[in-house]
Amino acid sequence: MSTAAAGHHEHDDHGPAKGWTRWLYTTNHKDIGTLYLLFALVMFFIGGGMALIIRAELFQPGLQLVDPLFFNSMTTMHALVMIFGVVMPAFVGLANWMIPMMIGGPDMALPRMNNWSFWIMPFAFLLLLSTLFMEGGGPAGGWTLYAPLSLQGPDSFAFVIFSIHFMGISSVMGSINIVATIFNMRAPGMSLMQMPLFVWTWLITAYLLIAVIPVLAGAVTMLLTDRFFGTSFFNAAGGGDPVMYQHIFWFFGHPEVYILILPAFGIISSIIPTFARKPLFGYASMVYATASIAFLSFIVWAHHMFTVGMPLAGEMFFMFATMMISVPTGVKVFNWVATMWRGSMTFETPMLFAIGFLVMFTIGGLSGLMLAITPADIQYHDTYFVVAHFHYVLVPGAIYSIMAATYYWLPKWTGNMYDEKWGKIHFWVSTVFLNVLFFPMHFVGLAGMPRRIPDYNLQFADWNAIATIGAFGFGFSQLIFVYVIFKCIKGGAKATDEVWDGAEGLEWTVPSPAPYHTFEKPPAQYS
Amino acid sequence: MSSPSSYYIPHEAKWPIVGSIALFAFFAGFASLLNGGGWVIMAFGAALLVYMMIRWFGDVIAESENGQYSAQVDVSFRMSMMWFIFSEVMFFGAFFGALFYARTFSGPWLSGIGEGGAAATNAVLWSGFDYVWPHNGPEQLGGAYEKMHWFPLPVLNTLILLTSGVTCTIAHHAIKEGNREKMVKWLLATCALGFFFVFMQGVEYYEAYAHLNLKMNTGIYGSTFFMLTGFHGFHVCMGAIILLIVMFRGMRKHFSATNHFAFEAAAWYWHFVDVVWLGLFIFVYIL
Repeated sequence: MSTAAAGHHEHDDHGPAKGWTRWLYTTNHKDIGTLYLLFALVMFFIGGGMALIIRAELFQPGLQLVDPLFFNSMTTMHALVMIFGVVMPAFVGLANWMIPMMIGGPDMALPRMNNWSFWIMPFAFLLLLSTLFMEGGGPAGGWTLYAPLSLQGPDSFAFVIFSIHFMGISSVMGSINIVATIFNMRAPGMSLMQMPLFVWTWLITAYLLIAVIPVLAGAVTMLLTDRFFGTSFFNAAGGGDPVMYQHIFWFFGHPEVYILILPAFGIISSIIPTFARKPLFGYASMVYATASIAFLSFIVWAHHMFTVGMPLAGEMFFMFATMMISVPTGVKVFNWVATMWRGSMTFETPMLFAIGFLVMFTIGGLSGLMLAITPADIQYHDTYFVVAHFHYVLVPGAIYSIMAATYYWLPKWTGNMYDEKWGKIHFWVSTVFLNVLFFPMHFVGLAGMPRRIPDYNLQFADWNAIATIGAFGFGFSQLIFVYVIFKCIKGGAKATDEVWDGAEGLEWTVPSPAPYHTFEKPPAQYS
Repeated sequence: MSSPSSYYIPHEAKWPIVGSIALFAFFAGFASLLNGGGWVIMAFGAALLVYMMIRWFGDVIAESENGQYSAQVDVSFRMSMMWFIFSEVMFFGAFFGALFYARTFSGPWLSGIGEGGAAATNAVLWSGFDYVWPHNGPEQLGGAYEKMHWFPLPVLNTLILLTSGVTCTIAHHAIKEGNREKMVKWLLATCALGFFFVFMQGVEYYEAYAHLNLKMNTGIYGSTFFMLTGFHGFHVCMGAIILLIVMFRGMRKHFSATNHFAFEAAAWYWHFVDVVWLGLFIFVYIL
């Protein structure tokens, strides 16, 4: 293994290694960031394909295309792929690319472990996706793997459990690396409260990951032993409790929800000030709000389980704790709007996605507030209203923030401007179809259509047909995204170093494209 | 925070991809073993994983001994180890949580204590079940068994581990004084105690299976007992191996009074398994 000390007297200005093994052995945060982002893009289409199978089946009432077991394994896999294979790796990819540049560091703190964090992912997903081709099919009990249903699944169950352990190893190593990078690699003199918000939100996200991924590992380990080693953690006959699985799972699962959105908050907090040409309104309150959300995320998990039969005191506690989250979230939405207030706004593609995020994430947030109310949730639970809610926070929330970030930083990554016209078309087409897809789910959900069922009553037919049209429209319009990205990689108008005229931060002080090694010597701004 | 004038960046990493292949083989092999397949693929994965770790750590040790690491790298290593141990704490937290939940909620509910449907659940499904800890559930899964008493083996094991914490600290003071020989001696004692603990744990398991009829399938008691003590025992094994390697490095004249991160990381880890054991001793054996 060759090593060298960057910035030593013997010079170290070489670029990437030659040949395809560059990508296998790389320790460069930009290479690894690129790998993560491309992996997420590929998985986005795999997970999206599964969503289209689901929507195609639901186009009309009755069973038409796939058998119910396969339908169930599509809903299960779609969630696992989108959460663990798309949103998380995409955020880690962005963290890899941007955090070292934003804090004026030379690379991630532990570059070799960084390589391993990425190279686990393709293997973990190979393990997970291979279950679809096994006898009995893939997991079909929902991504939450609730016992006892998941324990009754096909033989591929052990592969699913181990693929989750596998991804968990990657997540924990990646998060530890990010924490060490942020604390240890900042430019001399840069205080924590001078860090860009993307760095702050990722720092807090990394803590959430380190805290809860091992809990998920523990939960699925208990599933594994219940199934294969005769334990009875989730079996009432042996003194266990299936509800206990739900508690342990959601102790992981709710912080996980914020893992999927906090980095998005950081991205939006970078983009809106740039295109409003004003500093972010209320920087400190943004930091404290993020930390509050992270803290609250640990004490709200049972709001996923209001109908499971908890003691009344539990229902009340989790209802009020959940509603409290809307306070720091409201602070954030207010701050973003206040940043735009009387700003000199322009509406390039990243800003369009950021504003789309702001409006539609808020819709998802408000339906979340409705779901937080225990008596109301008993009506909404496990209906399409819940599906509408979390897709509004995840698609125009998390996914839009990733797209906004891609358009925003693509010129810095490639040195070329992306095609603004096609970027804008991508935004508008996506946004129209997205609402055609998800908004009707509110209606059918409130009317009582259950989620995760391949068939439904006739009165839901019209809105389901419309949602399916939206799904195919949204899915295929993502091809525009791919087109714009690859066109930008191949060429285009040269980007300036600053790229956007309102942009602030260290990443805009280095050339476009960013050189293979940035900040081999610490920048002097902060010392 | 350190303020470096130069940074240390390794440029190529061949071992991570080997590690991924190893883990893939291990997991896929283990999963097929559970479904009635052979053990060869799993064993191959495990062997490759061990080989990968030997080589990767070997490279890192060589670089460290060559003086390639700056103070900043040392800080990165320390932070990573700390947060890794924190993640392990959360992993054990899941199993302790299961134990507490089963004892505080599930058991009483099954016996009809508690608001809402508990009384009806008991009357309809598990009538006649009274909650006492330990228990193996209303259907008494695994059959009649005896509880693992906290005396004598667990007490002995507690003393072993606590003593090993002391010997480990003596070794630490020795290396801080630059006395490598003394460090090696006391590390040897620590490792011996560690492996002795694992051996005694094995004896305890033999007792449980052979004489007490206490098995993994002995309801919730057997489940929590073997899950907690099993994962703890595995961690003691790992910790003892790590300390053993540190000891061998000491015999090869590695470490100095100011540069011995590997020792400290191993010691932190050792104290972590120590503390987990105290939790186990109290909540699994005594209470």
